[in-house]
Amino acid sequence: MTNVLVCVKRAPDITGEVLLTPDGTGLDGRYSGYAISAHEECAVEIAVGIAEATDGSVTVLTLGGEEAVEQLRNALAVGAHDAVHLLAEADRFGPADVAAAIADLVRVREGDGTAYDLVLVGNDAADTGDFQVGIRLAYALDRPVVAGAQRIEVAGGVATMHVGSAEGSETYEVGLPAVATVLEGGVTPRYPSIKGRMRAKKAPVETVAPAVEPRGTGALGLRLPPPPPSQVTVLGEGPGAAPALVAVLREIGVVS
Amino acid sequence: MTGPVLVLVEPEEGRASLVSREALTFARQLGDPVHALVLGAATEAALQDCREQGAAVVHEATNPELGRYAAAAWGTALAQAAGEAKAPVVLAGGTPRGTEVLAHLAARYGQPMAANVVQVVQADPLEVERQVAGGSVLERVRVNTPGILTVAGHAVAPEPAPAAGAGELRRYEARLRPGDLRAQVVRTEARSGGDSSALTGARVVVGAGRGAGGPDGFGAVDALASRLGGAVGVSRVVTSLGWRPHHEQVGQTGSRIAPEVYIACGISGAIQHWAGCASSKTIIAINTDAEAPMVTKADYAVIGDMHEVIPAILEELG
Ligand SMILES: Cc1cc2nc3c(=O)[nH]c(=O)nc-3n(C[C@H](O)[C@H](O)[C@H](O)COP(=O)(O)OP(=O)(O)OC[C@H]3O[C@@H](n4cnc5c(N)ncnc54)[C@H](O)[C@@H]3O)c2cc1C
Repeated sequence: MTNVLVCVKRAPDITGEVLLTPDGTGLDGRYSGYAISAHEECAVEIAVGIAEATDGSVTVLTLGGEEAVEQLRNALAVGAHDAVHLLAEADRFGPADVAAAIADLVRVREGDGTAYDLVLVGNDAADTGDFQVGIRLAYALDRPVVAGAQRIEVAGGVATMHVGSAEGSETYEVGLPAVATVLEGGVTPRYPSIKGRMRAKKAPVETVAPAVEPRGTGALGLRLPPPPPSQVTVLGEGPGAAPALVAVLREIGVVS
Repeated sequence: MTGPVLVLVEPEEGRASLVSREALTFARQLGDPVHALVLGAATEAALQDCREQGAAVVHEATNPELGRYAAAAWGTALAQAAGEAKAPVVLAGGTPRGTEVLAHLAARYGQPMAANVVQVVQADPLEVERQVAGGSVLERVRVNTPGILTVAGHAVAPEPAPAAGAGELRRYEARLRPGDLRAQVVRTEARSGGDSSALTGARVVVGAGRGAGGPDGFGAVDALASRLGGAVGVSRVVTSLGWRPHHEQVGQTGSRIAPEVYIACGISGAIQHWAGCASSKTIIAINTDAEAPMVTKADYAVIGDMHEVIPAILEELG
Protein backbone atom coordinates (compact mmCIF):
# COMPACT_ATOMS: atom_id res chain seq x y z
CA MET A 1 0.00 0.00 0.00
CA THR A 2 1.75 3.13 -1.18
CA ASN A 3 0.45 6.56 -0.24
CA VAL A 4 1.49 9.07 -2.84
CA LEU A 5 1.29 12.84 -2.49
CA VAL A 6 1.40 14.56 -5.86
CA CYS A 7 1.89 18.32 -6.04
CA VAL A 8 0.56 20.36 -8.95
CA LYS A 9 0.49 24.05 -9.83
CA ARG A 10 -2.13 26.07 -11.68
CA ALA A 11 -0.32 28.10 -14.32
CA PRO A 12 -1.33 30.04 -17.43
CA ASP A 13 -1.36 27.75 -20.46
CA ILE A 14 1.79 28.79 -22.32
CA THR A 15 1.58 26.46 -25.29
CA GLY A 16 0.24 29.29 -27.45
CA GLU A 17 1.00 33.01 -27.36
CA VAL A 18 2.12 34.24 -23.94
CA LEU A 19 0.82 37.58 -22.68
CA LEU A 20 1.87 39.64 -19.67
CA THR A 21 -0.53 41.23 -17.21
CA PRO A 22 -1.02 44.97 -17.86
CA ASP A 23 1.36 45.86 -15.00
CA GLY A 24 4.03 43.51 -16.39
CA THR A 25 4.46 41.55 -13.16
CA GLY A 26 2.89 38.26 -14.18
CA LEU A 27 1.77 36.03 -17.04
CA ASP A 28 -1.78 36.67 -18.16
CA GLY A 29 -3.84 33.54 -18.63
CA ARG A 30 -7.18 35.25 -19.17
CA TYR A 31 -7.25 34.31 -22.86
CA SER A 32 -5.06 31.19 -22.90
CA GLY A 33 -6.68 29.54 -19.90
CA TYR A 34 -4.93 27.71 -17.08
CA ALA A 35 -3.48 24.25 -16.78
CA ILE A 36 -0.88 22.26 -14.88
CA SER A 37 2.37 21.56 -16.69
CA ALA A 38 2.71 18.42 -18.80
CA HIS A 39 5.20 17.08 -16.26
CA GLU A 40 2.59 17.30 -13.52
CA GLU A 41 -0.04 15.58 -15.68
CA CYS A 42 2.43 12.72 -15.93
CA ALA A 43 3.15 12.87 -12.18
CA VAL A 44 -0.57 12.44 -11.50
CA GLU A 45 -0.68 9.50 -13.91
CA ILE A 46 2.33 7.85 -12.25
CA ALA A 47 0.81 8.39 -8.79
CA VAL A 48 -2.52 6.85 -9.82
CA GLY A 49 -0.72 3.92 -11.44
CA ILE A 50 1.30 3.22 -8.28
CA ALA A 51 -1.80 3.45 -6.10
CA GLU A 52 -3.64 1.01 -8.39
CA ALA A 53 -0.74 -1.43 -8.40
CA THR A 54 -0.22 -1.36 -4.62
CA ASP A 55 -3.75 -0.80 -3.39
CA GLY A 56 -2.59 2.56 -2.10
CA SER A 57 -3.95 6.07 -2.35
CA VAL A 58 -3.20 9.38 -4.03
CA THR A 59 -3.55 12.78 -2.43
CA VAL A 60 -3.22 15.74 -4.77
CA LEU A 61 -1.98 19.03 -3.37
CA THR A 62 -1.74 22.54 -4.75
CA LEU A 63 -0.57 25.83 -3.35
CA GLY A 64 -2.51 28.64 -4.96
CA GLY A 65 -5.53 30.92 -5.01
CA GLU A 66 -9.22 29.94 -4.86
CA GLU A 67 -9.35 29.07 -8.58
CA ALA A 68 -6.64 26.43 -8.22
CA VAL A 69 -9.32 24.08 -6.93
CA GLU A 70 -10.05 23.44 -10.63
CA GLN A 71 -6.66 21.72 -11.01
CA LEU A 72 -7.32 19.64 -7.89
CA ARG A 73 -10.68 18.52 -9.26
CA ASN A 74 -9.06 17.60 -12.58
CA ALA A 75 -6.67 15.31 -10.71
CA LEU A 76 -9.53 13.84 -8.68
CA ALA A 77 -11.34 13.13 -11.95
CA VAL A 78 -8.46 10.96 -13.20
CA GLY A 79 -8.13 8.94 -10.03
CA ALA A 80 -6.65 10.92 -7.13
CA HIS A 81 -8.48 10.01 -3.93
CA ASP A 82 -8.36 13.23 -1.96
CA ALA A 83 -7.12 16.78 -2.27
CA VAL A 84 -5.42 19.39 -0.12
CA HIS A 85 -5.50 23.04 -1.05
CA LEU A 86 -2.82 25.22 0.51
CA LEU A 87 -4.72 28.43 -0.04
CA ALA A 88 -2.29 31.26 -0.72
CA GLU A 89 -1.24 33.88 -3.22
CA ALA A 90 1.15 31.70 -5.19
CA ASP A 91 2.95 34.71 -6.70
CA ARG A 92 4.35 35.65 -3.29
CA PHE A 93 5.82 32.17 -2.81
CA GLY A 94 9.24 31.43 -4.24
CA PRO A 95 10.32 27.83 -4.82
CA ALA A 96 11.92 27.61 -1.35
CA ASP A 97 8.67 28.84 0.21
CA VAL A 98 6.55 26.32 -1.69
CA ALA A 99 8.89 23.50 -0.68
CA ALA A 100 8.79 24.62 2.97
CA ALA A 101 4.99 24.81 2.97
CA ILE A 102 4.63 21.31 1.48
CA ALA A 103 7.26 19.89 3.85
CA ASP A 104 5.41 21.34 6.80
CA LEU A 105 2.14 19.76 5.69
CA VAL A 106 3.83 16.39 5.19
CA ARG A 107 5.27 16.54 8.71
CA VAL A 108 1.95 17.55 10.28
CA ARG A 109 0.14 14.72 8.48
CA GLU A 110 2.80 12.28 9.56
CA GLY A 111 2.28 13.39 13.15
CA ASP A 112 -1.45 12.75 12.66
CA GLY A 113 -0.77 9.24 11.40
CA THR A 114 -0.89 9.79 7.60
CA ALA A 115 2.48 9.13 6.03
CA TYR A 116 3.25 9.79 2.38
CA ASP A 117 5.68 7.17 1.11
CA LEU A 118 6.33 9.01 -2.08
CA VAL A 119 5.98 12.70 -2.91
CA LEU A 120 5.89 13.61 -6.61
CA VAL A 121 6.19 17.07 -8.12
CA GLY A 122 6.69 18.24 -11.70
CA ASN A 123 10.31 18.63 -12.79
CA ASP A 124 9.65 22.32 -13.42
CA ALA A 125 6.51 24.43 -13.63
CA ALA A 126 5.44 25.64 -17.08
CA ASP A 127 5.35 29.29 -15.98
CA THR A 128 8.23 29.92 -13.56
CA GLY A 129 10.56 27.09 -14.60
CA ASP A 130 12.44 27.08 -11.29
CA PHE A 131 13.56 23.41 -11.37
CA GLN A 132 14.02 23.15 -7.60
CA VAL A 133 10.84 22.67 -5.55
CA GLY A 134 11.16 18.87 -5.40
CA ILE A 135 14.84 18.92 -4.47
CA ARG A 136 14.32 21.54 -1.77
CA LEU A 137 11.40 19.53 -0.44
CA ALA A 138 13.57 16.42 -0.23
CA TYR A 139 16.18 18.30 1.80
CA ALA A 140 13.50 19.75 4.09
CA LEU A 141 12.18 16.23 4.72
CA ASP A 142 15.61 14.56 4.69
CA ARG A 143 14.56 12.12 1.98
CA PRO A 144 16.35 10.89 -1.12
CA VAL A 145 15.26 12.55 -4.36
CA VAL A 146 15.45 11.61 -8.02
CA ALA A 147 14.96 14.32 -10.64
CA GLY A 148 13.43 13.77 -14.05
CA ALA A 149 11.76 10.41 -13.37
CA GLN A 150 9.62 9.24 -16.29
CA ARG A 151 8.43 5.91 -14.92
CA ILE A 152 8.28 4.67 -11.33
CA GLU A 153 7.45 1.24 -9.94
CA VAL A 154 7.11 0.50 -6.24
CA ALA A 155 7.65 -2.89 -4.60
CA GLY A 156 8.88 -4.01 -1.20
CA GLY A 157 9.50 -0.51 0.12
CA VAL A 158 11.71 0.41 -2.84
CA ALA A 159 10.87 2.74 -5.70
CA THR A 160 12.51 1.90 -9.01
CA MET A 161 12.72 5.10 -11.02
CA HIS A 162 13.62 5.45 -14.68
CA VAL A 163 15.13 8.67 -15.96
CA GLY A 164 15.37 9.12 -19.71
CA SER A 165 18.42 10.49 -21.46
CA ALA A 166 19.25 10.95 -25.12
CA GLU A 167 21.12 7.64 -25.09
CA GLY A 168 18.65 5.54 -23.15
CA SER A 169 17.59 5.32 -19.56
CA GLU A 170 19.14 5.46 -16.11
CA THR A 171 17.63 3.49 -13.27
CA TYR A 172 17.58 4.40 -9.59
CA GLU A 173 16.45 2.18 -6.73
CA VAL A 174 15.48 4.32 -3.81
CA GLY A 175 14.21 3.29 -0.39
CA LEU A 176 10.91 4.82 0.64
CA PRO A 177 9.97 7.38 1.79
CA ALA A 178 11.34 9.37 -1.13
CA VAL A 179 10.70 12.33 -3.40
CA ALA A 180 10.77 12.43 -7.20
CA THR A 181 10.39 15.16 -9.77
CA VAL A 182 8.60 13.88 -12.84
CA LEU A 183 9.40 14.66 -16.47
CA GLU A 184 6.89 14.00 -19.22
CA GLY A 185 7.55 11.30 -21.78
CA GLY A 186 7.34 8.00 -19.91
CA VAL A 187 3.60 7.67 -19.39
CA THR A 188 0.47 8.89 -21.14
CA PRO A 189 -1.91 10.78 -18.87
CA ARG A 190 -5.42 9.31 -18.98
CA TYR A 191 -8.56 11.25 -19.78
CA PRO A 192 -11.20 11.57 -17.07
CA SER A 193 -14.17 9.23 -17.38
CA ILE A 194 -17.69 10.57 -16.86
CA LYS A 195 -17.80 8.67 -13.59
CA GLY A 196 -14.48 10.23 -12.59
CA ARG A 197 -15.78 13.71 -13.36
CA MET A 198 -18.92 13.14 -11.31
CA ARG A 199 -16.90 11.85 -8.38
CA ALA A 200 -14.48 14.77 -8.60
CA LYS A 201 -17.32 17.28 -8.40
CA LYS A 202 -18.44 15.92 -5.07
CA ALA A 203 -15.11 14.92 -3.57
CA PRO A 204 -14.14 16.97 -0.54
CA VAL A 205 -11.18 19.32 -0.90
CA GLU A 206 -9.49 20.19 2.34
CA THR A 207 -8.35 23.81 2.56
CA VAL A 208 -5.36 24.62 4.75
CA ALA A 209 -3.47 27.87 5.36
CA PRO A 210 0.26 27.35 4.68
CA ALA A 211 2.32 27.55 7.86
CA VAL A 212 5.09 29.48 6.11
CA GLU A 213 5.62 33.21 5.75
CA PRO A 214 6.95 33.53 2.19
CA ARG A 215 10.35 35.08 1.59
CA GLY A 216 9.42 35.71 -2.04
CA THR A 217 10.99 35.11 -5.41
CA GLY A 218 13.45 37.97 -5.87
CA ALA A 219 11.64 38.78 -9.13
CA LEU A 220 11.87 42.39 -10.26
CA GLY A 221 9.73 42.22 -13.41
CA LEU A 222 8.99 40.44 -16.66
CA ARG A 223 9.39 41.40 -20.28
CA LEU A 224 8.71 39.81 -23.63
CA PRO A 225 11.86 39.65 -25.75
CA PRO A 226 11.40 41.26 -29.16
CA PRO A 227 11.05 38.70 -31.96
CA PRO A 228 14.30 38.34 -33.86
CA PRO A 229 14.21 40.00 -37.27
CA SER A 230 13.05 37.55 -39.94
CA GLN A 231 15.80 36.48 -42.36
CA VAL A 232 13.63 34.02 -44.24
CA THR A 233 13.85 33.52 -47.98
CA VAL A 234 10.46 32.39 -49.24
CA LEU A 235 11.09 29.88 -51.99
CA GLY A 236 7.52 29.99 -53.30
CA GLU A 237 4.03 28.74 -52.71
CA GLY A 238 2.68 25.23 -53.02
CA PRO A 239 4.13 22.28 -54.95
CA GLY A 240 5.57 24.64 -57.56
CA ALA A 241 8.25 25.62 -55.03
CA ALA A 242 9.69 22.07 -54.95
CA PRO A 243 12.48 22.67 -57.53
CA ALA A 244 13.70 25.74 -55.59
CA LEU A 245 13.71 23.74 -52.36
CA VAL A 246 15.64 20.89 -53.92
CA ALA A 247 18.13 23.41 -55.30
CA VAL A 248 18.72 24.61 -51.73
CA LEU A 249 19.28 21.00 -50.58
CA ARG A 250 21.85 20.60 -53.36
CA GLU A 251 23.58 23.82 -52.36
CA ILE A 252 23.82 22.65 -48.74
CA GLY A 253 25.22 19.38 -50.02
CA VAL A 254 22.71 16.94 -48.56
CA VAL A 255 21.63 15.72 -52.02
CA SER A 256 23.88 15.33 -54.98
CA MET B 1 32.02 40.94 -6.36
CA THR B 2 35.16 39.63 -4.70
CA GLY B 3 36.23 36.04 -5.17
CA PRO B 4 36.21 33.60 -8.04
CA VAL B 5 33.24 32.46 -10.09
CA LEU B 6 33.10 28.67 -9.98
CA VAL B 7 31.72 26.71 -12.94
CA LEU B 8 30.65 23.07 -12.84
CA VAL B 9 32.07 21.46 -15.99
CA GLU B 10 30.27 18.46 -17.46
CA PRO B 11 32.26 16.10 -19.65
CA GLU B 12 31.23 15.20 -23.19
CA GLU B 13 33.31 12.78 -25.22
CA GLY B 14 36.41 13.65 -23.24
CA ARG B 15 36.01 17.41 -23.58
CA ALA B 16 34.23 20.07 -21.59
CA SER B 17 30.69 19.94 -23.02
CA LEU B 18 29.53 22.71 -25.32
CA VAL B 19 27.08 23.97 -22.67
CA SER B 20 29.85 23.98 -20.03
CA ARG B 21 32.08 26.00 -22.35
CA GLU B 22 29.18 28.42 -22.81
CA ALA B 23 28.85 28.63 -19.01
CA LEU B 24 32.59 29.37 -18.70
CA THR B 25 32.26 32.18 -21.26
CA PHE B 26 29.26 33.50 -19.35
CA ALA B 27 31.18 33.31 -16.04
CA ARG B 28 33.75 35.80 -17.34
CA GLN B 29 31.03 38.46 -17.42
CA LEU B 30 30.36 37.86 -13.75
CA GLY B 31 33.80 38.19 -12.29
CA ASP B 32 37.45 37.36 -12.26
CA PRO B 33 39.05 34.88 -11.78
CA VAL B 34 37.05 32.00 -13.17
CA HIS B 35 37.49 28.55 -11.62
CA ALA B 36 36.25 25.26 -13.06
CA LEU B 37 35.28 22.06 -11.27
CA VAL B 38 35.69 18.72 -13.00
CA LEU B 39 34.36 15.65 -11.20
CA GLY B 40 36.58 12.63 -11.67
CA ALA B 41 39.90 12.67 -13.47
CA ALA B 42 40.00 15.48 -16.02
CA THR B 43 41.21 14.63 -19.51
CA GLU B 44 43.90 16.78 -21.09
CA ALA B 45 41.33 17.98 -23.68
CA ALA B 46 38.89 19.06 -20.95
CA LEU B 47 41.68 20.91 -19.12
CA GLN B 48 42.65 22.60 -22.36
CA ASP B 49 39.01 23.69 -22.89
CA CYS B 50 38.92 25.19 -19.38
CA ARG B 51 42.21 27.05 -19.92
CA GLU B 52 41.08 28.33 -23.28
CA GLN B 53 38.00 29.67 -21.54
CA GLY B 54 40.21 31.61 -19.15
CA ALA B 55 39.98 29.33 -16.09
CA ALA B 56 42.72 30.30 -13.63
CA VAL B 57 42.17 27.16 -11.55
CA VAL B 58 40.70 23.77 -12.35
CA HIS B 59 39.49 21.80 -9.33
CA GLU B 60 39.57 18.07 -9.88
CA ALA B 61 37.52 16.27 -7.24
CA THR B 62 37.78 12.52 -7.27
CA ASN B 63 36.13 9.75 -5.30
CA PRO B 64 35.48 6.22 -6.55
CA GLU B 65 31.82 6.71 -5.59
CA LEU B 66 31.45 9.52 -8.13
CA GLY B 67 31.70 6.96 -10.94
CA ARG B 68 27.97 6.32 -10.82
CA TYR B 69 25.96 9.52 -10.91
CA ALA B 70 24.33 10.70 -7.69
CA ALA B 71 23.21 14.33 -7.74
CA ALA B 72 23.59 14.79 -3.97
CA ALA B 73 27.19 13.56 -4.13
CA TRP B 74 27.95 15.91 -7.02
CA GLY B 75 26.33 18.67 -4.93
CA THR B 76 28.61 17.86 -2.01
CA ALA B 77 31.71 17.92 -4.22
CA LEU B 78 30.58 21.24 -5.67
CA ALA B 79 29.95 22.69 -2.21
CA GLN B 80 33.43 21.56 -1.17
CA ALA B 81 35.04 23.18 -4.24
CA ALA B 82 33.03 26.38 -3.68
CA GLY B 83 34.34 26.42 -0.10
CA GLU B 84 37.97 25.81 -1.15
CA ALA B 85 37.72 28.52 -3.81
CA LYS B 86 35.71 30.88 -1.55
CA ALA B 87 33.50 31.47 -4.59
CA PRO B 88 30.66 33.97 -4.16
CA VAL B 89 29.03 32.71 -7.38
CA VAL B 90 28.60 29.15 -8.60
CA LEU B 91 27.14 28.32 -11.97
CA ALA B 92 26.51 25.49 -14.41
CA GLY B 93 25.02 25.04 -17.84
CA GLY B 94 21.23 24.61 -17.75
CA THR B 95 21.35 20.91 -18.66
CA PRO B 96 19.29 18.37 -16.69
CA ARG B 97 22.42 17.50 -14.68
CA GLY B 98 23.69 21.05 -14.22
CA THR B 99 20.27 22.17 -13.02
CA GLU B 100 19.80 19.21 -10.71
CA VAL B 101 23.21 19.54 -9.04
CA LEU B 102 22.85 23.29 -8.53
CA ALA B 103 19.40 22.79 -7.02
CA HIS B 104 21.02 20.39 -4.52
CA LEU B 105 23.61 23.05 -3.70
CA ALA B 106 20.92 25.72 -3.29
CA ALA B 107 18.81 23.48 -1.08
CA ARG B 108 21.82 22.65 1.08
CA TYR B 109 22.78 26.32 1.55
CA GLY B 110 19.16 27.45 1.86
CA GLN B 111 19.94 29.96 -0.89
CA PRO B 112 17.86 30.96 -3.90
CA MET B 113 18.82 29.60 -7.32
CA ALA B 114 18.13 31.35 -10.60
CA ALA B 115 17.61 28.84 -13.42
CA ASN B 116 18.13 29.52 -17.12
CA VAL B 117 19.89 32.87 -16.84
CA VAL B 118 20.59 34.59 -20.16
CA GLN B 119 22.26 37.81 -19.11
CA VAL B 120 23.82 39.76 -16.28
CA VAL B 121 21.98 43.03 -15.64
CA GLN B 122 24.37 44.24 -12.94
CA ALA B 123 27.15 42.51 -11.05
CA ASP B 124 26.92 44.08 -7.60
CA PRO B 125 24.40 43.54 -6.10
CA LEU B 126 23.83 40.76 -8.57
CA GLU B 127 20.84 41.07 -10.88
CA VAL B 128 20.24 38.79 -13.84
CA GLU B 129 17.68 38.11 -16.52
CA ARG B 130 16.45 34.55 -16.92
CA GLN B 131 14.07 32.67 -19.18
CA VAL B 132 10.68 31.67 -17.85
CA ALA B 133 7.56 30.27 -19.54
CA GLY B 134 9.65 27.89 -21.60
CA GLY B 135 11.85 30.70 -22.88
CA SER B 136 9.19 33.04 -24.23
CA VAL B 137 9.42 35.53 -21.34
CA LEU B 138 12.42 37.09 -19.57
CA GLU B 139 12.35 37.68 -15.82
CA ARG B 140 14.68 40.04 -14.00
CA VAL B 141 15.73 38.71 -10.61
CA ARG B 142 17.91 39.77 -7.72
CA VAL B 143 20.31 37.04 -6.63
CA ASN B 144 21.69 36.82 -3.08
CA THR B 145 25.27 35.80 -2.44
CA PRO B 146 26.40 33.10 -2.70
CA GLY B 147 24.78 33.34 -6.11
CA ILE B 148 23.66 30.04 -7.61
CA LEU B 149 22.81 30.15 -11.30
CA THR B 150 22.31 27.96 -14.32
CA VAL B 151 22.94 29.44 -17.74
CA ALA B 152 20.34 28.78 -20.43
CA GLY B 153 21.67 26.75 -23.37
CA HIS B 154 23.00 28.98 -26.16
CA ALA B 155 22.53 32.20 -24.12
CA VAL B 156 26.09 33.00 -25.19
CA ALA B 157 28.42 31.50 -27.78
CA PRO B 158 31.49 29.79 -26.29
CA GLU B 159 34.21 32.33 -27.04
CA PRO B 160 37.82 31.65 -25.99
CA ALA B 161 39.08 34.16 -23.39
CA PRO B 162 41.31 36.99 -24.69
CA ALA B 163 44.14 35.40 -22.68
CA ALA B 164 44.16 31.71 -21.77
CA GLY B 165 43.92 30.97 -18.04
CA ALA B 166 46.70 29.26 -16.10
CA GLY B 167 44.37 26.35 -15.41
CA GLU B 168 46.33 25.47 -12.26
CA LEU B 169 45.22 21.99 -11.33
CA ARG B 170 44.04 21.46 -7.74
CA ARG B 171 43.36 17.81 -7.03
CA TYR B 172 41.58 16.52 -3.98
CA GLU B 173 39.32 13.79 -2.83
CA ALA B 174 35.64 14.70 -2.61
CA ARG B 175 34.46 14.13 0.97
CA LEU B 176 31.00 12.67 0.55
CA ARG B 177 28.42 12.75 3.31
CA PRO B 178 26.32 9.90 4.56
CA GLY B 179 23.13 9.91 2.58
CA ASP B 180 24.73 11.32 -0.57
CA LEU B 181 24.39 7.98 -2.34
CA ARG B 182 20.79 7.21 -1.33
CA ALA B 183 19.71 8.09 -4.85
CA GLN B 184 22.41 6.84 -7.20
CA VAL B 185 22.17 5.43 -10.71
CA VAL B 186 22.22 1.62 -10.42
CA ARG B 187 21.83 0.77 -14.11
CA THR B 188 22.22 2.51 -17.43
CA GLU B 189 20.46 1.01 -20.40
CA ALA B 190 20.70 1.86 -24.04
CA ARG B 191 17.29 2.69 -25.41
CA SER B 192 15.30 -0.27 -26.55
CA GLY B 193 12.26 -0.20 -28.80
CA GLY B 194 13.02 3.20 -30.25
CA ASP B 195 16.23 5.07 -30.56
CA SER B 196 16.50 8.83 -30.47
CA SER B 197 20.25 8.71 -31.08
CA ALA B 198 19.44 8.28 -34.77
CA LEU B 199 17.59 11.59 -34.51
CA THR B 200 20.20 13.48 -32.51
CA GLY B 201 23.01 12.35 -34.79
CA ALA B 202 21.20 12.78 -38.11
CA ARG B 203 22.56 15.08 -40.86
CA VAL B 204 19.05 15.68 -42.13
CA VAL B 205 15.87 15.75 -40.05
CA VAL B 206 12.41 15.97 -41.57
CA GLY B 207 10.02 17.24 -38.91
CA ALA B 208 6.26 17.04 -38.85
CA GLY B 209 3.68 18.59 -36.56
CA ARG B 210 -0.06 18.84 -36.24
CA GLY B 211 -0.15 19.74 -39.93
CA ALA B 212 0.43 16.03 -40.68
CA GLY B 213 -3.24 15.70 -39.81
CA GLY B 214 -3.16 12.29 -38.15
CA PRO B 215 -1.18 9.09 -37.71
CA ASP B 216 -1.68 8.29 -41.40
CA GLY B 217 -0.27 11.63 -42.52
CA PHE B 218 3.40 10.63 -42.23
CA GLY B 219 3.83 8.51 -45.37
CA ALA B 220 5.46 11.24 -47.45
CA VAL B 221 7.38 12.54 -44.40
CA ASP B 222 8.91 9.08 -43.84
CA ALA B 223 9.65 8.77 -47.54
CA LEU B 224 11.41 12.15 -47.67
CA ALA B 225 13.46 11.38 -44.55
CA SER B 226 14.62 8.09 -45.98
CA ARG B 227 15.27 9.56 -49.43
CA LEU B 228 17.55 12.13 -47.76
CA GLY B 229 19.17 9.52 -45.51
CA GLY B 230 17.83 11.30 -42.46
CA ALA B 231 15.52 10.84 -39.49
CA VAL B 232 11.96 11.93 -38.65
CA GLY B 233 11.41 14.38 -35.79
CA VAL B 234 8.01 15.49 -34.54
CA SER B 235 6.39 18.16 -32.38
CA ARG B 236 4.88 17.45 -29.02
CA VAL B 237 1.34 17.67 -30.32
CA VAL B 238 2.18 14.65 -32.45
CA THR B 239 3.50 12.57 -29.57
CA SER B 240 0.83 13.59 -27.09
CA LEU B 241 -1.88 12.64 -29.60
CA GLY B 242 -0.13 9.29 -29.89
CA TRP B 243 0.53 9.67 -33.63
CA ARG B 244 4.23 8.91 -33.18
CA PRO B 245 6.46 7.70 -30.30
CA HIS B 246 8.02 10.10 -27.80
CA HIS B 247 11.60 9.28 -28.81
CA GLU B 248 10.94 11.15 -32.05
CA GLN B 249 9.97 14.37 -30.27
CA VAL B 250 12.16 17.40 -30.84
CA GLY B 251 12.17 20.18 -28.28
CA GLN B 252 12.59 21.24 -24.72
CA THR B 253 11.17 17.97 -23.44
CA GLY B 254 12.30 15.92 -26.42
CA SER B 255 15.60 15.59 -28.22
CA ARG B 256 17.85 18.46 -29.15
CA ILE B 257 19.00 18.16 -32.72
CA ALA B 258 21.75 19.88 -34.68
CA PRO B 259 21.53 18.59 -38.27
CA GLU B 260 22.87 20.23 -41.43
CA VAL B 261 19.26 20.82 -42.43
CA TYR B 262 15.94 20.61 -40.62
CA ILE B 263 12.84 20.58 -42.79
CA ALA B 264 9.92 21.44 -40.49
CA CYS B 265 6.55 20.57 -42.04
CA GLY B 266 3.27 21.68 -40.47
CA ILE B 267 5.00 22.78 -37.25
CA SER B 268 4.15 26.17 -35.76
CA GLY B 269 7.58 26.66 -34.16
CA ALA B 270 6.47 27.20 -30.56
CA ILE B 271 9.36 28.23 -28.33
CA GLN B 272 9.51 24.79 -26.70
CA HIS B 273 9.93 23.17 -30.11
CA TRP B 274 12.42 25.80 -31.18
CA ALA B 275 14.53 25.01 -28.10
CA GLY B 276 15.22 21.61 -29.63
CA CYS B 277 15.94 22.62 -33.23
CA ALA B 278 17.59 26.04 -32.94
CA SER B 279 21.07 24.53 -33.40
CA SER B 280 20.22 23.20 -36.87
CA LYS B 281 22.53 24.76 -39.47
CA THR B 282 19.78 25.47 -41.99
CA ILE B 283 16.05 25.44 -41.29
CA ILE B 284 13.46 25.08 -44.04
CA ALA B 285 9.80 25.49 -43.06
CA ILE B 286 6.85 24.15 -45.02
CA ASN B 287 3.68 25.67 -43.63
CA THR B 288 0.29 26.93 -44.81
CA ASP B 289 0.67 29.99 -42.58
CA ALA B 290 3.24 32.55 -43.75
CA GLU B 291 3.14 34.16 -40.28
CA ALA B 292 3.90 30.99 -38.29
CA PRO B 293 6.99 31.51 -36.05
CA MET B 294 8.63 28.49 -37.72
CA VAL B 295 8.40 30.36 -41.04
CA THR B 296 9.60 33.73 -39.78
CA LYS B 297 12.52 32.15 -37.91
CA ALA B 298 13.52 29.79 -40.73
CA ASP B 299 16.24 30.38 -43.32
CA TYR B 300 13.98 29.21 -46.18
CA ALA B 301 10.25 28.59 -46.42
CA VAL B 302 7.64 27.19 -48.73
CA ILE B 303 4.13 28.43 -48.06
CA GLY B 304 1.74 25.59 -48.74
CA ASP B 305 0.13 22.33 -47.74
CA MET B 306 2.75 19.77 -46.71
CA HIS B 307 0.60 17.02 -48.24
CA GLU B 308 1.08 18.63 -51.65
CA VAL B 309 4.57 20.04 -51.23
CA ILE B 310 6.40 16.94 -49.94
CA PRO B 311 5.25 14.65 -52.78
CA ALA B 312 6.38 17.32 -55.23
CA ILE B 313 9.82 17.40 -53.56
CA LEU B 314 10.03 13.60 -53.77
CA GLU B 315 9.18 13.76 -57.44
CA GLU B 316 11.76 16.45 -58.03
CA LEU B 317 14.39 14.34 -56.26
CA GLY B 318 13.48 11.42 -58.51
C1 LIG C 1 6.52 22.55 -20.58
C2 LIG C 1 6.28 22.38 -22.06
C3 LIG C 1 7.16 21.63 -22.79
C4 LIG C 1 6.96 21.46 -24.17
N1 LIG C 1 7.87 20.73 -24.86
C5 LIG C 1 7.73 20.62 -26.20
C6 LIG C 1 8.69 19.90 -26.99
O1 LIG C 1 9.64 19.32 -26.48
N2 LIG C 1 8.51 19.84 -28.33
C7 LIG C 1 7.46 20.45 -28.96
O2 LIG C 1 7.36 20.35 -30.18
N3 LIG C 1 6.54 21.12 -28.24
C8 LIG C 1 6.64 21.21 -26.89
N4 LIG C 1 5.68 21.86 -26.19
C9 LIG C 1 4.43 22.24 -26.89
C10 LIG C 1 4.53 23.51 -27.72
O3 LIG C 1 4.23 24.61 -26.88
C11 LIG C 1 3.51 23.48 -28.87
O4 LIG C 1 2.22 23.27 -28.37
C12 LIG C 1 3.79 22.43 -29.93
O5 LIG C 1 5.14 22.44 -30.33
C13 LIG C 1 2.92 22.69 -31.14
O6 LIG C 1 3.02 21.64 -32.04
P1 LIG C 1 2.69 21.87 -33.60
O7 LIG C 1 3.52 22.99 -34.10
O8 LIG C 1 2.80 20.56 -34.28
O9 LIG C 1 1.14 22.23 -33.56
P2 LIG C 1 0.38 23.60 -33.78
O10 LIG C 1 0.87 24.64 -32.87
O11 LIG C 1 -1.05 23.26 -33.79
O12 LIG C 1 0.80 24.07 -35.25
C14 LIG C 1 0.51 23.40 -36.42
C15 LIG C 1 1.15 24.18 -37.57
O13 LIG C 1 0.94 23.48 -38.76
C16 LIG C 1 0.49 24.35 -39.78
N5 LIG C 1 -0.33 23.51 -40.67
C17 LIG C 1 -1.54 22.98 -40.44
N6 LIG C 1 -1.92 22.19 -41.48
C18 LIG C 1 -0.91 22.21 -42.37
C19 LIG C 1 -0.68 21.58 -43.62
N7 LIG C 1 -1.57 20.74 -44.14
N8 LIG C 1 0.47 21.82 -44.25
C20 LIG C 1 1.40 22.66 -43.72
N9 LIG C 1 1.23 23.30 -42.54
C21 LIG C 1 0.11 23.06 -41.87
C22 LIG C 1 -0.25 25.45 -39.07
O14 LIG C 1 -0.23 26.64 -39.82
C23 LIG C 1 0.58 25.58 -37.79
O15 LIG C 1 1.65 26.48 -37.96
C24 LIG C 1 5.85 22.05 -24.82
C25 LIG C 1 4.97 22.81 -24.06
C26 LIG C 1 5.17 22.98 -22.70
C27 LIG C 1 4.20 23.80 -21.92
